Amino acid sequence: MGLVVSIVLTLLALWVVQAHALSHAMLLAVILVLAVLQIVVQLAFFMHFTESAGPRYHVSALALGFVFTFCIVAGSIWIMTFGGTQPY
Amino acid sequence: MSLAHEEVLSHPDHDIPLEYSTEDGVLKIFGFWIFLATDLILFACLFSMYQILHLNTAGGPTEQDLYNVPEFMAETLILLVSSFTCGLATLEMRKGHRGALMAWLIVTVLLGLSFIFLEVREFVDYVGRGATMQRSAFLSSFFTLVGTHGCHVSLGILWMLSILYQLGRRGIQAITARKVFIVGLYWHFLDVVWVFIFTVVYLQGVMH
Amino acid sequence: MALPGYVGNAPTSFFVTGDPMIYASDVLIVLTVIGIVFVLTYYKKWGWLWREWLTTVDHKKIGIMYLIAALLMLFRGGTDAVLMRTQLALPNMHFLEAEHYDQIFTTHGTIMILFMAMPLVFAMMNIAVPLQIGARDVAFPYLNAISFWLFFFGALLLNLSFVIGGSPDGGWTSYPPLVENPTDPGPGENFYLLALQISGIGSMATGINFLVTILKMRAPGMTLMRMPLFCWSILATSILIIFSFPALTIALALVLIDRLFDAHFFTMLQGGNPMMYINLFWVWGHPEVYIVVLPAFGIFSEVIATFSRKRTFGYSSMVASMLAIAVISYLVWLHHFFTMGAGPGVNTFFAISTMCVGIPTGVKVFNWLFTMYQGRIRMTVPMLWSIGFIPTFAIGGATGVMLAVAPADYQYHNSYFLIAHFHQTLIGGVVYGMFAGLYYWWPKMFGFILNERIGRWAFWFFNIGFYVCFLPQYQLGFMGMTRRIYVYPAGMGWTALNLISTIGAYLMAVGFVLIVVDILYSIRYGERDVTGDPWDGRTLEWSLPSPAPHYNFARIPTVTARDAWWVMKGERKRGEVKRELEPLEPIHMPNNSGRPFILSVLFFLGGFGLVFEWYWLAIPSGIGVMVCLLLRSLEYNMDHYIPVSEIKRTEAALGRS
Ligand code: HEM
Ligand SMILES: [Cu+2]
Repeated sequence: MGLVVSIVLTLLALWVVQAHALSHAMLLAVILVLAVLQIVVQLAFFMHFTESAGPRYHVSALALGFVFTFCIVAGSIWIMTFGGTQPY
Repeated sequence: MSLAHEEVLSHPDHDIPLEYSTEDGVLKIFGFWIFLATDLILFACLFSMYQILHLNTAGGPTEQDLYNVPEFMAETLILLVSSFTCGLATLEMRKGHRGALMAWLIVTVLLGLSFIFLEVREFVDYVGRGATMQRSAFLSSFFTLVGTHGCHVSLGILWMLSILYQLGRRGIQAITARKVFIVGLYWHFLDVVWVFIFTVVYLQGVMH
Repeated sequence: MALPGYVGNAPTSFFVTGDPMIYASDVLIVLTVIGIVFVLTYYKKWGWLWREWLTTVDHKKIGIMYLIAALLMLFRGGTDAVLMRTQLALPNMHFLEAEHYDQIFTTHGTIMILFMAMPLVFAMMNIAVPLQIGARDVAFPYLNAISFWLFFFGALLLNLSFVIGGSPDGGWTSYPPLVENPTDPGPGENFYLLALQISGIGSMATGINFLVTILKMRAPGMTLMRMPLFCWSILATSILIIFSFPALTIALALVLIDRLFDAHFFTMLQGGNPMMYINLFWVWGHPEVYIVVLPAFGIFSEVIATFSRKRTFGYSSMVASMLAIAVISYLVWLHHFFTMGAGPGVNTFFAISTMCVGIPTGVKVFNWLFTMYQGRIRMTVPMLWSIGFIPTFAIGGATGVMLAVAPADYQYHNSYFLIAHFHQTLIGGVVYGMFAGLYYWWPKMFGFILNERIGRWAFWFFNIGFYVCFLPQYQLGFMGMTRRIYVYPAGMGWTALNLISTIGAYLMAVGFVLIVVDILYSIRYGERDVTGDPWDGRTLEWSLPSPAPHYNFARIPTVTARDAWWVMKGERKRGEVKRELEPLEPIHMPNNSGRPFILSVLFFLGGFGLVFEWYWLAIPSGIGVMVCLLLRSLEYNMDHYIPVSEIKRTEAALGRS
C-alpha cells in the first residue's frame, strides 16, 4: 500500500513536470507538495511514527525539526536572494 | 541504560514490540529519532546551498545538459522499493520470522547496492564529460548534496550487513530487534531525503 | 600565488619558527609533558589514570574532566586576551606584529566560545543534571564519554597549531573568501576547520544525550513542571544544539571541501557565493550564544532561589520565557550581517525579531529580582556572581537592542562598540554564570567548600576589572575604532581610553588568578562538606553525600513537588511521614570502556592528517574509526549489576543507611 502510493506520487511529479502545463512557480509548488506527501507516506506506513513507550516526545521533536528546517531553508533563500529581488 | 523505572518495562506484555521491551531500547529509539532531526537540518543546509548555487554554472555544463530522466527515475524507483522491502523486514520481525526478516533485509541491501552502482555510474559519466566538482559552484553543490546522500546510503548498507551478521548469530531478541528497527528508520529517512533530491535537484533541473 | 613562507600550500617548515615567544612555549610544553609523564610514572599512576579517568563513563567524572579542560582553555584564551590588550594599550606599539595579532584574536575568540564556554557549560550539566532529576547516569553514558574525548582532542588539535604549522588567522568567524586557499595558504585554517568539526560532533551528541536524559529519565513523580530550572535550561540548550550545530557542520565542511578539493562554494570565481557561508555560519552562530547563556540563566535561578531561601518567583514564566528564547533565537541570525544589505524588508524583519528576544529576557530578570525581594539573602560567593550578573547583563542587553536597530548598526558594526557588547553578555552572562555554578557545585564535586574570602576578592577584582575594561570600549566604538586592528596612530583621541581598558583587563586577570589560588588553597585548607548539603539547598543533588557515590542514588527518590529536597527536609523536620525505607536492589550500571578514548585519538589523527593533506594518515584513521564503531555494535556485554552488599557497604562508609 505504502509502496503503491509513493510510486504514484513519484510518477505524478514526473508527469506534471513533463507535461509543461503549469507556470514555473506553480510547478515548483506542486512538486514540493507532492514531496511533502511522500514524507507523510513514509512516516505513516514505514516508520511507525505514532509508536512509542511513554509520551510521544519524538513527534514534537520532529515537528519542531520541520519548523526549523523550513525557517532555515526559506530564510536562507529569502536572504540570499536579497529579499526575493535576485534570481536563483 | 540505568534508569529509575526499569521495572515498569522489563516485563513486556504482549502488546509491546520487542524493540521497546527494554529501557535501553526505548532510550535508543528515541535518541535515534532526535539524531534524524539533526540529520534533517544537515540536509536542509545542503539543499539551501544547492538552491542558491544551482544557476551559477560559470559557463560550464548546466542542469539540463546533465540530468537524464530514465536514469534518475530508475534510481528513484529502486530506492522507493528498497524502502518498502525494509518496511516488510520490520513487519516480519514483529511476527518473529527470522528467515523472512533476513531475506527482506538482504533484498534491501541488494537494492541499495544497485542504487549506489547507478549513482556512481552517473557521477563517473558526468566527470567524463568535464562536469567535475571543480568546474563550477553548481557542480560543487550538486556533488556534495547528492554525494552526501550517497555516503549515507553506503553507510546504511554496511550497517545492515553488520546487523544481518548479528541476526544470524543471535536471532531476534531485544537488542537485535532494536537495531533492525533503528536501521529501518534510518533507511526510510534516506528515502525521504532522496525524494527531495529527486524533486529539487532532478525535476527542477529538467523543467523549463 | 604563494605567500612568503609557503611552498604552494604547505608551509616551508613543520614547526612554527621565528618568534621567541613561540620558542618559549615550545620549551614550556616539552617541560610540562616531561613533568606529567615523570610524575605519573614515579607514582605508578598510569593504571589509575586509565582505569579511573580515561575509560570512565561516569557523568560526574566526565563533568570534572570538562571542568579542568575548560579552565585550562580559559587560561589560554585569557592569556591571548591580555596579550592583545597589552598590544593595544598605547598607540604605535610593536609588542605583537600584525600577523601574530591576527592569529591571537582568532584563537582567542575560537577558544573562548568553543573550547571554554561550551565545555564549561557541559561540565555543569554533566555534574548537575542527572543528580537533579534523580537518575543514575545520563541516557547514553558511553556516548557521553565519546563526546568528551572528541571535544578534548578537538581542542588539542586547535592548540597544536600554535607550535606546529601555524595558527589560524581568519577570525573566529573565519569568513571566506579570505580563508580560501589563494589568500590563506598553509595549514592554520585547516586546523580551525577540523578542530571545530571534531568537537562539534561531540557537542551534537551531548545535545541528543541530555535531551533524552531529561525527557526520559526523571525520577518517578518529577513531572516536567516540577523540574529544577537548571534542568529546564539544559533542555532548552539541548534543543538549540540539536537544531543548530548541523548548520556549522555544513558551513565548515564546505569551506574544507573548497580548500582541499578546489571546489567553488565560497570562492569569488566560478560562481561561488561567499555570502552563503556567512548565512550558514550565523544560522548556527546566533543559537550558539543562547546555547552558552541559557545554562547560565539556569544556574542563576538555582543559586538565587537557594540563597534567598525562597521558591523561584514565577516558575512557569521562567520556563515559558526560556522556551520562547530558544525558538526566537532561530529567527534572528541575520542581525550579524545587516550590512550585507539584503534589503529593507529582510533587515526589518530580522531587526524586529531580534528585539523580541529582549522581552522574555526581561521577564527573567524581573523574576530573579522578585525572587530576592523579601528573601533572606545570604551573600555567598555564588550569590555575588549572580547579583553581579544582573547589571552587566542589563547593559549588555540594552546595547544589544541598540545593535538590533538595523540602520544604526551600519555605524556600530565591527567597531569596538560591538566588542564591548558581546563581551558584556558573554562574560557578564556566561562566565559569571559558570563561576557561580563552579562555586555552588564545587562541594558536590569534590567534597569541600571553596574559601569564601579569597572568592570574594576574586569576584571584586574580576567585576571591577570587567567594567574598567569594557565600558571605555563602547566609547571607543563611537569614536571610530574598529575591531581586529593591531595598531593605531597617536592623536586619534583613543589613547587614554585604551590604556584604561588594558588596566581593566589586567584586573580581570588578577581575578582569574585569585580563583586558581582559591582552588589550590581550598584543596588543602578548605572546609569539608560532611552533610552533603552545605548551602541548605532545595534540589535533589543536595540529598546525596558529597561527592556522590558512583551510582548516585541508592534508592531512587519519589518526587511530590517542586524543590523536592526542600520539601523532603520540611517533612522530616516536622516529623511527618517517616516512610518505610524500601529494601535496596541491585543497581544496573554501564561498564567502563577504553573505546571512546581510542576512537577520539583516531579522529584526532585523521584530523591532523587532513590538516596537512596527508591522506596516508587520514584514510587509515578514518577506517580505524569505522572499525571502532563496528566493534561497539558487536559488543553485547555492556553493563553490570552492583550487588546489594556492596551498596550497603558504600552507603555505610558515607554515613547513610
Ligand atoms: C579576560 C577577559 C577578556 C578580554 C580582556 C578580552 C579581550 C578581547 C580583545 C582585545 C579582543 C580582540 C578585539 C579585536 O582586536 O578585534 C577580543 C575578541 C573576542 N573575544 Fe574576548 N576578551 C575576554 C574574554 C572573552 C570571553 C570570555 C569570550 C567568550 C566567551 C570572548 C570572546 C571573544 C570573541 C568571540 C572575540 C572576537 C574574535 C574575532 O574577532 O574573531 N572574550 N576579546
Ligand atoms: Cu546573534
